[in-house]
Amino acid sequence: MQDLGPYLKQHPFLAGMTDSQIELLVGCASNVKFNIGDYVSREGQPAKRFFFVRHGRLALELMTHDRGPMVIETLTEGDVLGWSWLFPPHVWHFDVKAVELTRAIAMDGECLRNKCEEDHELGYEIMKRFSHVMVNRLSATRLQLLDIYGKRK
Amino acid sequence: MANASELMQPEAMSNEMLPRLYTVNKIYKDTHDTFTMELVPSDGGPAMSFQPGQFNMLYVFGVGEVPISISGDPDRAIPLVHTLREVGSVTSALRQLRAGDTVGVRGPYGTAWPVTEATGQDLVLLAGGIGLAPLRPVLYSILFRRRKYGQVVLLFGTRSPGDILYKKELQKWRSRFDLDIHITVDRAIRPWRGNVGVVTSLIPRASFDPMHTTAMICGPEIMMRFSIMELVKRGVPEDHIWVSMERNMKCGCGFCGHCQCGPLFVCKDGPVFVYPRVKELMNKYEI
Repeated sequence: MQDLGPYLKQHPFLAGMTDSQIELLVGCASNVKFNIGDYVSREGQPAKRFFFVRHGRLALELMTHDRGPMVIETLTEGDVLGWSWLFPPHVWHFDVKAVELTRAIAMDGECLRNKCEEDHELGYEIMKRFSHVMVNRLSATRLQLLDIYGKRK
Repeated sequence: MANASELMQPEAMSNEMLPRLYTVNKIYKDTHDTFTMELVPSDGGPAMSFQPGQFNMLYVFGVGEVPISISGDPDRAIPLVHTLREVGSVTSALRQLRAGDTVGVRGPYGTAWPVTEATGQDLVLLAGGIGLAPLRPVLYSILFRRRKYGQVVLLFGTRSPGDILYKKELQKWRSRFDLDIHITVDRAIRPWRGNVGVVTSLIPRASFDPMHTTAMICGPEIMMRFSIMELVKRGVPEDHIWVSMERNMKCGCGFCGHCQCGPLFVCKDGPVFVYPRVKELMNKYEI
């Protein structure tokens, strides 16, 4: 039976990883599907998994008292969802909802953390890649905060 | 080409400074703070011929003049179309006009997007907010000659779903197989199911061949700077990137110097520039 290795290898987040590293990741991976309206995570719940999005669209939402749930970002094919699994206390910071039928590879956070502890080379690769994603998202968030399309007062 | 002393002759100046009268044919709201005006020559004379990216000085008599990019179809110059955002006294006065009212129009002025030079290339149009208006003539022009280009991608970022310009037209264009349109908003509430995030986040996902791409960017300067970084990261050569600069223009034809930006007059040398020509200027706090 074919494992998830070829799908992991195709994901841009993992581009350039060695076959043996992909093999290690496969042991923590599972195939998942979310229908429209399904919640992938809820704010405050334990962040046991993260996801490589293969297809579809996920919305990161924050509940506000006056405006209801605000979508602050969407993730789509080629994106990675979730870094709360990496850092204690391992809880989700947002609600994440599927706004389109979404297929993804779910990664067991604890399983991967253990593998990263055992194999620091793998751990460094994973940390480098997540740092890159975080820097890009921070930079994008700063632009969003500037409200550049708003009227200047 | 006329030299500076010829241009400064009173006769040349007066011709350039003389507005032609246009009648408002239609005026309609696009979003809560933007509107589109369709103008026709009051004298029934010939249409103004323009190239995508050029602008006109619109004059509300007794109030003042503003530079506004032409947002209509260059192959169908009547009516003359401008999309504006209500930001100051002149644009507010323009918003108050009704069909049948008269405005003064000087132009067209400035440089154009490299629509002809980009023949055979993939095209990436990046628009932020009202920056879609000066790029719309490029889209009309490309679609009229669609076979001459490779992939055509429009990446459009705006504030919220309610701020999306030209909604119906975008919807129509999205149904075409030869045009790849991605829209993103900075923030949204339900039921919006499209992209949320900055426009630069669309660049890595868009399908184009970086080495054979011409990119045209129009929007707030900070959005253009970050977009350029992403395009260069993807491998688009800097001299294939074009930007439309915005500065405080008054005369529109290089006489007054209000829009001077280092050695360039944005009204005359621009507003459309190839990026390397303005690279240093875009990163300076003050000139």
